[in-house]
Amino acid sequence: MTEGPRPYTLVAELTYRCPLACGYCSNPLELARHADELDTAAWTRVFAEAAALGILQVNLTGGEPLVRPDLEPLVAAARAKDLYINLITSGIPSDAERLGRLAAAGLDSIQISIQDSDPRGAAWIAGRDDLDAKLEMAAAARALGLPLTLNVVLHRGNIARVPDFIALAERLGAARLELANTQYLGWALANRQALLPSQAAVEEARIHASAARQRLRGQIEVLFVRPDYYADRPRACMDGWARRYLLITPDGIALPCHQALGITSLDWPNVRAQSLEALWSSDPSFRAFRGEDWMPAPCRTCPERETDFGGCRCQAFALVGDAAATDPACALSPRHDLVIAARARAEEAVSDLAPASPPIRLRRFRSAP
Amino acid sequence: MIDRNSRLRLARQVRLKADPRSGKHLLLFPERGLELNEIAARVAALCTEETTVAEILDRMAEAAAEGTPRERIDGEVLEFLRALEVRGLLTVGGV
Repeated sequence: MTEGPRPYTLVAELTYRCPLACGYCSNPLELARHADELDTAAWTRVFAEAAALGILQVNLTGGEPLVRPDLEPLVAAARAKDLYINLITSGIPSDAERLGRLAAAGLDSIQISIQDSDPRGAAWIAGRDDLDAKLEMAAAARALGLPLTLNVVLHRGNIARVPDFIALAERLGAARLELANTQYLGWALANRQALLPSQAAVEEARIHASAARQRLRGQIEVLFVRPDYYADRPRACMDGWARRYLLITPDGIALPCHQALGITSLDWPNVRAQSLEALWSSDPSFRAFRGEDWMPAPCRTCPERETDFGGCRCQAFALVGDAAATDPACALSPRHDLVIAARARAEEAVSDLAPASPPIRLRRFRSAP
Repeated sequence: MIDRNSRLRLARQVRLKADPRSGKHLLLFPERGLELNEIAARVAALCTEETTVAEILDRMAEAAAEGTPRERIDGEVLEFLRALEVRGLLTVGGV
C-alpha cells in the first residue's frame, strides 16, 4: 500500500529546449544542467509507474514538447496506460500534420500559450513573435476536434490586452482560457521589477475576465489567476506540497512542483535510480512539507491552513531564505514587508503599455532545431 | 439552459472512465476530474452518445428502485446535467 496522499497528475517535462525565451519561464535557471534527457523507454516506464500509483492525468510539457521527435510514441505510451493526456505547448514549430498524428496516438487535449496579441509585446517577452503560426496550430487543433485551452501568462507588458485574449479565445473556439498572472519565482523573480503590474491593472483585468466568465458560461471556461502579491493570502500552491502533483524534469529528477529545484537546501531523487512509488512515499524531501507538522506560527493555528496548505514553499525560500517560513505573500507573514515593497516599486514604475524599461533577462538555452 | 427536449452528449474534452483504484466512475477533462456517485455515473454513461434529456429521464426512471417518485428522479438528473452544462462538459444542441 502506498504511503502518503494519492497523486492525480504527472507533469512530464520532456525537454527544456524551446524556441521561445520567455522572461517568466517556469523552467530552472540552470537549464543546461538538465540536458541529459530521459529516452522513450524511460518515459514509458515512468508513465506505467505513474498509472500504478493512481495518477489519472499527464501533462506533456517542457520546454517545448514538440521538439521531442518521439512525442508520438510517448503519447501512445501514456494512452496505453489510460492516462488523460494534455499537451502543453507553445504551438511552435507549428505543424498541423504532426498534430493529426498526435491526436491519432491518443492525445486528449491541447493547451497553446499565447505570449501577446501585439507583435512588439511578444518579441519583448519571448524574443520573437509567432502569433500567426500559433493561431494556425490552434485552428488545426479545432479542425481535428481536439479540445483547446489558450493560456496567457499575464504581466505588466500584456495585462491591458486581456480583452484581446478573450476575443481570440472566442474566435478560435477554445474550450478554456487561462489568464494566469506570472508567479514570481525563478526567471520571473529575476525579472520581477519589469513584470509585476500595478494593482489597478490587475483589478481591471480581473473585471474583464469576470464579465467574460459570465457571458461565456457553458461555452468557454474563463480562468483568472491573480498574482499572489496582491492577494493578501497565499495561494494553495500545487494543492499542497507533494499531495496531488508529481513532476519529472527532462533528466529524471522527481519534484513536487516546477520551482522546487530552487530550494537548494533540499536534495531530490531521480527516476533513473528509484521507482515513483518509492520516492513518492518515502523520499525525505517529498515528505518535508506534507501535512501540518512543519508549519511555523502563525500557520500552525491558522483556520485557513487546510485550504492554502501554508502557501508556497519555493516562494518562502526564494524571498526569506527558509523553505519552512510562512509564505511572505500572506499578510500574516512576519516578512510580508518584502511583498509590500515589491508592490510599491510596481506602482512607481512607469505605467507604459508599450513594453519598455527596465530591460528583462530572457531565458537562454540551445534552441530548437 | 437545458430542458427535456435538449439533445446532448459529453463534450469532446470529457472522458468517462472507471478508476482502477476505487472502482468509482470519473469524468476526466483538462487538468481536472470529477468523481461520480452511482446514479451520476449511469447518467454520464447515457451521455456518451447523443441523446435527448427526455430519453435519459425515461431510462433513469426505468432503472430506479420501485416506488421512487418520478419528479424526484427527474429533479436529481436535471440538476446533475445542468451542473455539467455550466462547467462546459456537455455539448448541447436543439430539439
